[in-house]
This record gives sequence, structure tokens and C-alpha cells, in this order.
Amino acid sequence: MTNSLQNSSLNSPRYQNIFIYLLAFISGFSIMGVELLGGRILAPFFGSSVHIWGSIITVFMLSLSLGYLLGGKLSTRSPSLKIYGFIFVFAAITLLPITLFSQELMGFIFIHVEDSRYGSLLASMALFFIPTVILGMLSPYSVRLLVTNSNESGQVAGKLYFISTLGSALGTLATSFYFILWFDINIIIFSFSGVLVSLGLLAIFINRIPQLRKVEPSHV
Amino acid sequence: MYKVVTVLGLALILITASVNAKIVHQERSLYRNILVEDKGDLRCLKFRTKSTKSQQSCYLKSQPHQLVFNYTKLIMTGLLFNPEPQRILIVGLGGGTLSNTLAQLYPQSQIDNVEIDPAVIKVARDYFDFFENDKIKTYSQDGRIFIKRALLKKQSYDWIILDAFNGDYIPEHLLTKEFLQEAKALLSDNGILSSNTFSLSALYPHESATYKAVFGDFYQISNRANSNRIILVSKKGFADSTIDAKTLNELDGKLTNYGVNINLLYRSMVYTKNKKNWPENTRILTDQFSPANLLNAN
Repeated sequence: MTNSLQNSSLNSPRYQNIFIYLLAFISGFSIMGVELLGGRILAPFFGSSVHIWGSIITVFMLSLSLGYLLGGKLSTRSPSLKIYGFIFVFAAITLLPITLFSQELMGFIFIHVEDSRYGSLLASMALFFIPTVILGMLSPYSVRLLVTNSNESGQVAGKLYFISTLGSALGTLATSFYFILWFDINIIIFSFSGVLVSLGLLAIFINRIPQLRKVEPSHV
Repeated sequence: MYKVVTVLGLALILITASVNAKIVHQERSLYRNILVEDKGDLRCLKFRTKSTKSQQSCYLKSQPHQLVFNYTKLIMTGLLFNPEPQRILIVGLGGGTLSNTLAQLYPQSQIDNVEIDPAVIKVARDYFDFFENDKIKTYSQDGRIFIKRALLKKQSYDWIILDAFNGDYIPEHLLTKEFLQEAKALLSDNGILSSNTFSLSALYPHESATYKAVFGDFYQISNRANSNRIILVSKKGFADSTIDAKTLNELDGKLTNYGVNINLLYRSMVYTKNKKNWPENTRILTDQFSPANLLNAN
């Protein structure tokens, strides 16, 4: 069957690992893309002073640190490509409030918090904390899926951070040099969200393949 | 004759001044490098060395109320449409020369200056005789935040002057449709807004289209020499665009002592209804799309 041939090749550990590295690259790309847009999202309500970046970077670092912790913890409980895919889907969904409710939310904070330092910190928290925590969970989870023996764990982690941080670098560059010149902020965030959800669903789909293969012979 | 002598004198001062410049004050603020430079009688505030584009504000120490900079003179065209502004908002202080001049012209008026950089405010006070009292106030704040808060407090201004752009970096949130709508809402019924911006670069059509989208047709007063242009808009639009001779004469009498020839400026104003020089389908700048610095670099 051509189908099972495709399945087996897609599902080979080699391709699966390449796929995980690709996903890690995209998550790194999205994190920094969103972070860069953060400054532009906050500016109409909180200005473009240096404390805006202070607020944004603080929130991103804080949420990534928590994400690493939670992702590592989650990876100890029957890790699978399926759960990995679901993390992507959740991250994509939690990015959407940035496009849908940010104006109302920032307006509310603007009225209630006079000092734009704390206003911008609160707004960054409200908009970026949850999606960044979830995106941060992906790094340790990726390591768990890629490592097969403890000898290579350091090398795998190194390679993963190399690829996801390279993604971050390119995400920063592409967003600040080109995307903002071509697209509305919301379009860029919708696109990040769309790519994350597609890749997450693809991961869930690929996860189902070995089960299909296992089941097939018994049917024949 | 008196005028000719002043002009010649000024030219002479500017020529001799360019010979030897002396840095009087220098500091690195949160936002930029600030320089105060003396060239003879002429004192200038600069935001970076070795770039003529970065001159922010100049004044003559012996004649502090002469407007030296061409663009500050161009801004005075706003008075043609609102000759007695009671409440004035200036966004972007520089050396405070504009505030000082307006304070002299309209001692009864309230002037609010908004400047994001506290170091610039201090330099204006220490080196440019920037004058404040209970009618002239200065706020160290982002211009957009100030305007948003002023709207919440239900304030209004007869004249808003936007002078927040220097050649190097543009605060992109001060160019968008949403910002201009907020500024428009802050104007009184007869209110006008003068904006000092650029006349070159790929930003030009986008900026023009955005002003037009919010305010309708507007006046442009450009100065090709140093690539400044003033955009002059009105809250209720310019239904009757001719200025009567009486207003012109009165204003001329007031402004001539400051080195402003309002008749000449009036003749050089271009109305976009008669002469629109950007493409029809130009994309307007919004909070969602405002790559002003990228466009300005092109």
C-alpha cells in the first residue's frame, strides 16, 4: 500500500526529529515576532519610552522562565507528539486575544493606572503572559521528545536551543524589517497563530500514524 | 529700511557664526545626545553631532525673541485662521523658543508644553531662557499619552502644535490616523493644528493621505531649503480659505518684530484641494500599520 509506505517514512524517527526541530524553530520565531510587535501594540496607550520595553522584556522573560519549568514538568508524564501538538494549538488560541480585545483592555488599564510604567507592565502581563508561558513550555518538551539516551541529552538540548534561538533571531529580523512594512499588526499575529495551529494539528495527526500502522496487520 | 538692516545683520551673524562653534553643554539623556552649541551670538540645541538635520532650536542671545529657524516662522501661519488662541498645546519643546514667542505675543493665553525628555526641558530652562509661569506649563510626558489624558479630563485647545519629530527618529504612534483623531477631538470648535514634518522621503504620501483622511483638505507650507513642511489643518475644515486684508495686516503688525513675514508666508501656502501631490490609493498610517521610520529611511 502506498499509504503505509508514506506513513512509515513520515513516521521514521529521523523525519519526526526534523519535524520537532522545525516546530521549535517556528515557536522561537513566533515568540520574538510577537515580542517585537508588543512595543507597537502598547505605544498608543503607554508611549514609546524605554520603560515600555522594560515592561515587555520583563513579562516575556518571566513567562518563558515559568514556561520552561511547566514544560519540563509536563514532559515527565507520558510524553507524546500529541500533547506537544496540543501545546501548539493552545499557544495559537491564546495569541488571539491580542488581536481581539487589546484595545478595550488597554483602554481600561489606561483609565485606572495613571503611571504609564505600571500601566504598560499590567497590559503586557494581560496580553502576553499566557501565550508566552505556553510557547516557553515547548523547549523542554522538545528536548524530552528528541532525547533517546542520556549520553546525547546535552548535545540534543544544544542543538534544540541553537535552532529555536535562530528562529527567534529570524523572527525578530523578519518582523521588524519587513512584516511591519507590509502588513497590519493583527494580520501578522493571526498568521503566527495560524502557522502554530496548523503545525500543532499536523503533530497530532502524525502522532496517530503509528497506531494506524499497528492496527493495520490485525485487520488484514 | 529697518527690516533690511535686521536681515543683513542676521545674515552677517549667521555667516560669522559658522566660523567658530563652541560647545557650551553636552549630555547623554535617556533618549539622545544633547548638545548646546554657541556660534558667536547664535546658540543652538542639537541632538547629535555632525548632522545639520539634527538642529532642534536656535536663538540669538542678544535678540532672544527673533525666530531664527525657518520652520518656526512657518508654524505662525496657524494664526491666520485663529488669530487669538486662548489655549495652546505644544508637543515637542526643543529649546522652548516657540513657547517663549507665543507667550510674548499672547500673554493672556495658557500654553502647555509637552516634552518626553526631562533633560531637554532642563536644557531649555538653563540655556535658552525658556520661560514658565502659572500660565505656561511644561509636562514631561509622551505626547500621545498627554493628549489621551487631556481628553479624559474633557479639556480642549485652540491651537495644537506638533513639533515632535527630529530627522533621525520618528515616534511612529504620533503619525497614525487614531492619534490624529484624538488630537482633533482635543481641538476646540475653531481649533487648528500645525504639524512640523518632512517634505521628502517615502513617508510623504502616507503622511499626507492620513491627515487628509482625518481632517479633510489642508494647507502645506514648505521650505525646500531644509526639507521642512508644515501641515495646517482645522477641526471644522477650511470652508472659506481666503484671509481678509484686515486679519493679515493685524497679524503682520504683531509678527514683524519676530522676523516673520506673514504676507509672504500666506502667499506660499498650498491648499491640497487645489494641488494634491500624492497618489490616490496611498495607504494611510494607522496604529496597526505605521512603519514611519522604515519609510523615512527610503
